[in-house]
Amino acid sequence: MALANIFETPAPGFNFDNTARNAALEGLFDGGKTPKPLKTGTTIAGVVFKDGVVLGADTRATSGEVVADKMCAKIHYISPNIYCCGAGTAADTEKTTDLLSSNLTIYALNSGRNPRVVMAINILQDMLYRYHGQIGANLILGGVDCTGNHLYTVGPYGSVNKVPYLSMGSGDLAALGILENGFKPNLELEPAKDLVRAAIQAGIMNDLGSGNNIDICVITKQGVDYIRPYQESQYKDNRKIKYKYRPGTTPVLTEKVIPLKLEVVQETVQKMETA
Amino acid sequence: MEKHCTDSRVKGVSTGTTILAAIFDGGVVIGSDSRASIGGEYVSSKTINKVIQVHDRIFCCIAGSLADAQAVIKTAKFHLSFHSVQMESPPQVIAAASVLKDLCYKNKDELQAGFLTAGWDKKNGPQVYVVSLGGMLISQQVTIGGSGSTFIYGYVDAKYKPNMSKEECLQFATNALALAMGRDNVSGGVAHLVVITEKGVEHVVVPGDKLPRFHDE
Repeated sequence: MALANIFETPAPGFNFDNTARNAALEGLFDGGKTPKPLKTGTTIAGVVFKDGVVLGADTRATSGEVVADKMCAKIHYISPNIYCCGAGTAADTEKTTDLLSSNLTIYALNSGRNPRVVMAINILQDMLYRYHGQIGANLILGGVDCTGNHLYTVGPYGSVNKVPYLSMGSGDLAALGILENGFKPNLELEPAKDLVRAAIQAGIMNDLGSGNNIDICVITKQGVDYIRPYQESQYKDNRKIKYKYRPGTTPVLTEKVIPLKLEVVQETVQKMETA
Repeated sequence: MEKHCTDSRVKGVSTGTTILAAIFDGGVVIGSDSRASIGGEYVSSKTINKVIQVHDRIFCCIAGSLADAQAVIKTAKFHLSFHSVQMESPPQVIAAASVLKDLCYKNKDELQAGFLTAGWDKKNGPQVYVVSLGGMLISQQVTIGGSGSTFIYGYVDAKYKPNMSKEECLQFATNALALAMGRDNVSGGVAHLVVITEKGVEHVVVPGDKLPRFHDE
């Protein structure tokens, strides 16, 4: 197709090189299991309002029962006019959105056009469908382009749905209740931001996998307002002492320096042709 | 999201649907419900679009895994459009159905999607084709599909007449969809109907509260 240099279609089928590595790793852990992938156990939500799209997310990343990251950024940049919230496996959402962002930027440079939300969705759908659900990414993609304000969701198997409001993640049902109750077409900016905030708040309060702060991202024709955090958690920890240690806290007893002996094996000079 | 998945045979979002298509005098009506579910328990979308236009006068209804169906339809749209450019004329309805059949048959191990194709072309007028799960392609006057179809076989067999008028056929289709949605838990929402004739394409959307009621007090 036109602009085929965007996506180098990878070799068909799966690449199972890592299974050998995983099997070896399993042996190292003394009968224990390989570390579980970090899941974001999340609440994310999006709403289309009169002048654009509002996206919201909590900021907790969990690894089993432990909160691994209290200030995780779940709203990813795709292009100046498109942002994406990700739920599911943290690495998958991170890398998928990164790949999408790179491809869209190349496309914009090559074609001289600003990327459209439908194109982002098509690329995502193709990518996720090719992996048959192995990439655990549940994404809410929102953006404003020349055709209007759009909000889409993509599932891990590659199904796409265009919606006026949506929530995803482990806290989706709690958030969806708030959205279903409060959503009206053509909301103004402040009510829309508050609706998304309330939806994420419901997710944080009622779901163990969601928590900490609320990030909000407002996308309009004029630009993007990424408010991080929009609302801070009321349960913030106050550290009692400073954990930064100045140099010299640990005494150095001995020091031994071994210089590496390097031999020059080969030297070549290639003249640069600038004529 | 994992908590929504139970042991449904379809992984991910399923359309768990009711779809139908029927030929009337001068055209064809194709329609569906609008519910998408995960695991047979969670309605992931109340307003999903299952009647998809693949060419000017050819529409398809999808059933089964939403991801698989959307992927197949995308490919089919491209092939059909390319074919149409090469032939320098609009494609036949059977061409659209064949493209779908080819994709479903050659990839039957990986795919879980079935389609109804309905449309109008100059050579054979209004036609309806069914491409089932394994890739079988047959032509019928009236056909129903999806999980909700089991509840309306009797109604369709009894009430369908060949050469109905457009209004009669629309009423027949609306009734059939309403009956199926009333009995099948994974079918529901609004009724999407598309009427295709030589003159053009007409979309009719019947919201849930305007659907005909049958002993629903």
